[in-house]
Amino acid sequence: MGEQRKTPQIKSTQMLKEVMKQHFYELGEAAKTGNKKIAWCSSVGPAELALAMGFLVFYPENHAAIMGANRTATDYIPIANAYGYSPDICSYLTSDIGAYLKGETPLKKAYGIEKVPKPDVLLYNTNQCRDVYDWFSFYAKEFNVPILGVNTPRNQAEIREDVVEVCARQMEEMVPHLEEISGQKFDIDRFREVLADSLKCSLLWEDVLNTAANIPAPATFFDHCVHMGPAVVMRGRKEAIRYYETLLQELKDRVRDGIAAVPGEKHRFYWDGMPIWGKLRLLSNTFAALNSAVVVSSYCNSWVFSKFDPKDPFKSMARAYCSIFISQDDNFKERYIAEKVEKFKIDGIIFHDSKTCPNNTNCRYAMPQRLQKQLGIPFLIINGDLNDLRCFSEEQTITNIEAFVEQLEE
Amino acid sequence: MSRIYAGIDVGSCTTKAVVINAEGEIIGAHVQRSGIDYRRAAQETLKKALGNIEPNGIKIVSTGYGRHNVDFATGRKTEIACHAKGGFNYLRKGLTLVDIGGQDNKVIKIDDEGKRVDFRMNRKCAAGTGAFIEEIAYKMNLPLDILDSMARKAKKRFKIGSYCTVFASTEILSHIRAGVSAEDLVRGVFESVIDRIMEMMPLKGRILMCGGVVEHFPIIAELLRERIDGEVIVPPRPQLTGAYGAALFAKELDNNR
Repeated sequence: MGEQRKTPQIKSTQMLKEVMKQHFYELGEAAKTGNKKIAWCSSVGPAELALAMGFLVFYPENHAAIMGANRTATDYIPIANAYGYSPDICSYLTSDIGAYLKGETPLKKAYGIEKVPKPDVLLYNTNQCRDVYDWFSFYAKEFNVPILGVNTPRNQAEIREDVVEVCARQMEEMVPHLEEISGQKFDIDRFREVLADSLKCSLLWEDVLNTAANIPAPATFFDHCVHMGPAVVMRGRKEAIRYYETLLQELKDRVRDGIAAVPGEKHRFYWDGMPIWGKLRLLSNTFAALNSAVVVSSYCNSWVFSKFDPKDPFKSMARAYCSIFISQDDNFKERYIAEKVEKFKIDGIIFHDSKTCPNNTNCRYAMPQRLQKQLGIPFLIINGDLNDLRCFSEEQTITNIEAFVEQLEE
Repeated sequence: MSRIYAGIDVGSCTTKAVVINAEGEIIGAHVQRSGIDYRRAAQETLKKALGNIEPNGIKIVSTGYGRHNVDFATGRKTEIACHAKGGFNYLRKGLTLVDIGGQDNKVIKIDDEGKRVDFRMNRKCAAGTGAFIEEIAYKMNLPLDILDSMARKAKKRFKIGSYCTVFASTEILSHIRAGVSAEDLVRGVFESVIDRIMEMMPLKGRILMCGGVVEHFPIIAELLRERIDGEVIVPPRPQLTGAYGAALFAKELDNNR
């Protein structure tokens, strides 16, 4: 491997920390004072509806990703395994439930919050996987609170209008329950407003991601993983919009000034699948040392909801949440990746075979081989996991990445 | 005296050193266990490979899992690159290289110009590697050096179903209880190594088998030959292929000065 590179720091990171701190501070206050009702929501669930009805929204997936990133997940996963949740299922679920069973949270160290704020309601959407339902069902029993959901079909060949209608209806059916729990009347104009803000945040986030189409890229997938926080947990809020306006400007300035996230960028890669949260820095350094930038991913683009339309809020929200990458079939995914490969001038595709996330692993049904044939670029499969580092071999991964880059350079 | 070059392949089980002359011919080689001090293993192996040859100004490329521990090397390359280099230099035409090592397996496709076009390494599990054979031999209380001749005496084809080393071990124990002969079982173990290789990438055409496993258990190459549509070639010292490739890279470093 080459020498360690000094990669330039993104200045907006300070603002990112403040935005995320505000999100958790408000949740901590609500937990202490009961001044606001709290909804737990799956990350691509109907959060905008909850926000419009005055709930603060907590995202267990984000909570689990924090445990992945600070590498405490592997302490908690075995606790959930012993309780009965298999090591082969979603390690977000097992990290989060394991931490709950142990009575710990990473929020304490990161944000001074003693306990995870208790939910008044749980909202899920199966557009990503069934695991979110199983996960939230555990908490529904633990806290004796209602669980409401959207049961989106997966592996869809097309986004059918009848499916959109059913999903929209399921969202509308949540309204009377949410009114009862929150004590607030549903206000469609407020809902339209939140959706409009969420759309703005989404489109700015997309612009941020698209700056990496420039050569050299001003930020990499590993930067995107860090900076996606507000697009997940603060979408629908003005703070997120302001944050991405700032970040976008910084990245545009970098493009103008020719500042590369990976100085001496020679190779550009696509990342498919989940991040390996506990190894972001290792991977970022490994690629950078090889003059390689991972510039685009399916994952970070999953929080771009360009189909939101405040004029038709329920249906457009249903359509947007039905249309995410993970809920569609391989034909769609291959077209999607092919477009990005062309737009971002990609030299190779990295597929992360994530042991506990089959739903967001796309290399198990010969997609890499099909895309290699179609696009004429090589692929590499990395075995790992989003949170469970017991499934990850650092040595083997680094050797594979180095050999992949060597192959491109021959 | 003509210039000399060395390649050191620090693998998970053994460290291999190869010394070549300016013509690329092997003039010294040595293999020893890697142990727990990779740098020392590399130094000792190189010293023994050099014999009486003076190492002054020698260019060295290190490879293998311990390549970063060889701080006295001039350059470093992955074992995938080095095996491809060594293998292609032996055949000088397009090939698929199959390396069965102590800890991992590699399948590398190389075109007629010697360019790597694709590669796979085994997944996390050690099943199908040298470590798997060692584990099973330990369970069966058999010395490694008799396994090859035992397998050749097998009378029946025997299939081990599991691809997990631990499950395969217990599966074998149940067959011992059922009275399956040790010879049939050992051959089944080697067949299982071939099964794991065949799952990595479609194999056909010209196959070059490398690594310590085929060096110590040549029957492996014969078993693969029975399974595929193509030829299976084994170089004279298959275990040295990676170190040889590393030495060729060292020579290139000198040529590119």
